[in-house]
Amino acid sequence: MNPSGGGQFMRLARRTLTRTLRQPALVVPSFVFPLFMLAVVSAGGADVTSIKGFPTDSYITFMLGAMMVQGASGAATMAGTTLGTDIGTGFLSRLALTPITASKLVAANLTGVAVIGVVQAAIYLAVGLAAGASVEAGIAGAVALLGVCLLMTLAFGAIGSLAAVFAGSGEQIQGLVAVVLALLFMSSMLMPRNLIEEDWFKTIATYNPLSYLVEANRSLLISGWDGEALALGCGLAVALTVVALAATVARLRRSMV
Amino acid sequence: MARSLSIAMGVARRSTRKLRRSPVPGLPPVLIPLFMFAAFAGALSGLANTKSFTYYDFTAFQFVFVYYMASMLAGAFSAFEISGDFESGMGNRLMLAAPQRMALVGGYLIFAVGRFLLGSAVVWGVALLAGMPVRGDPLQIAAFIGLALLLSLATTLYGAGIALRLQSIAAGTLILIPIFMTLFTAPVFVPRQQIDGWLRTVADINPLTPAIEAGRGFMAGEPVSVAVAFGVTGGMVIVFAFWAYRGMVKAERGPGGGRGGGRRGGGGRRGGG
Repeated sequence: MNPSGGGQFMRLARRTLTRTLRQPALVVPSFVFPLFMLAVVSAGGADVTSIKGFPTDSYITFMLGAMMVQGASGAATMAGTTLGTDIGTGFLSRLALTPITASKLVAANLTGVAVIGVVQAAIYLAVGLAAGASVEAGIAGAVALLGVCLLMTLAFGAIGSLAAVFAGSGEQIQGLVAVVLALLFMSSMLMPRNLIEEDWFKTIATYNPLSYLVEANRSLLISGWDGEALALGCGLAVALTVVALAATVARLRRSMV
Repeated sequence: MARSLSIAMGVARRSTRKLRRSPVPGLPPVLIPLFMFAAFAGALSGLANTKSFTYYDFTAFQFVFVYYMASMLAGAFSAFEISGDFESGMGNRLMLAAPQRMALVGGYLIFAVGRFLLGSAVVWGVALLAGMPVRGDPLQIAAFIGLALLLSLATTLYGAGIALRLQSIAAGTLILIPIFMTLFTAPVFVPRQQIDGWLRTVADINPLTPAIEAGRGFMAGEPVSVAVAFGVTGGMVIVFAFWAYRGMVKAERGPGGGRGGGRRGGGGRRGGG
């Protein structure tokens, strides 16, 4: 008996989750590296807080938001590798013979990755709080922070999926890690934009979309409920998700015919 | 000896040709340090205005770290070649042709030196074009570059040891993670004296710390910790050369560490592929 549409969706989502978790080389670095960076950057760069006008005395609180974005960016590799491998191995061609639609396939893939992303964000938050970080927006703010991270995970996952359908293999997606890491370092990750002294870097950080993702997280941690920062970060994440997903599904529909 | 040299040059030429044909994998070891350089020198330049920062220039301060990172990544990415060659079976074929198997590692080392020189030219070029002031004299700068070369060789040998043992591209993560951990637990953002807590303890015992401090001394024209830096870095080359040698011995025995099997090559178990 064929499973219903919802059943197919759940099975594919569970498959993504299991396959990803079965590959420690894929999960462990994207999970451990942001924690390591949080520890060393917050300890080594603590002097930054002595700069006049710095918004907090705690550099770990300042860095936590950026590291949660870095963690969420791992979704690009996870979603991209899973979908890329399915394309490369021909699994997608076999799926084309079933009633599953391209949109359901991509959504199921993203659901599996999103589950990992939210668990990851919760662990980062717990480790950050244990290490001395705080959430200015309180408990509701901490929950909202996980919600914002979920949106970012979906955005990065959608970008990874789009890269996978164009690359057609899992291996080529690995390069996305370096691109996202470079973009993150060129954002307001290390310093608030108003305190960056080099004009050229301030310009890059202002036009870099990752700055707004970092600042959305950071607003909840440092300044409380900042509607503008949250609207910019969440709006950008949703827009990226919608555009990348639409392009992914359109491309997949052509290849699944 | 002549045959070993010829084999080493052949391996180096082959890897160079591969990189020339497909240059994309050659970009990360140069681009990652450049992005870090831009990020640290651009975003954190305000640190130079804090009272406790006494170095002559913040860009030059960050450059030493970034240059070492570029040198070490050139070594690490050259070691990825070994993983790729052994996973594809090419490594086995190369072993059949080399009576002295360490000549193969020598070939990858020559390739790594080439990548180091290329990366050095790009990183130095960008830094100088950006207006970074250099106070050291030519001899001091040569010593600084020499330290970076030793670090690159040590990293290649370390990566070769792992690649020869695992013989899979999955070795990449195992090669890179300890390199990044070593780099970032050294005094990156501020001098060691200004670091507190656990990171200070780790920085004190980090083998990269003397090289970073000596490099910053060379750039400022006030050499410090030179003997310690060359001693520790040279020691790392020797230790990792032995590590790579043991890796080659394990690779000759094939998977399983040689229990119940003869040596590879000349009828080895995996054959010559």
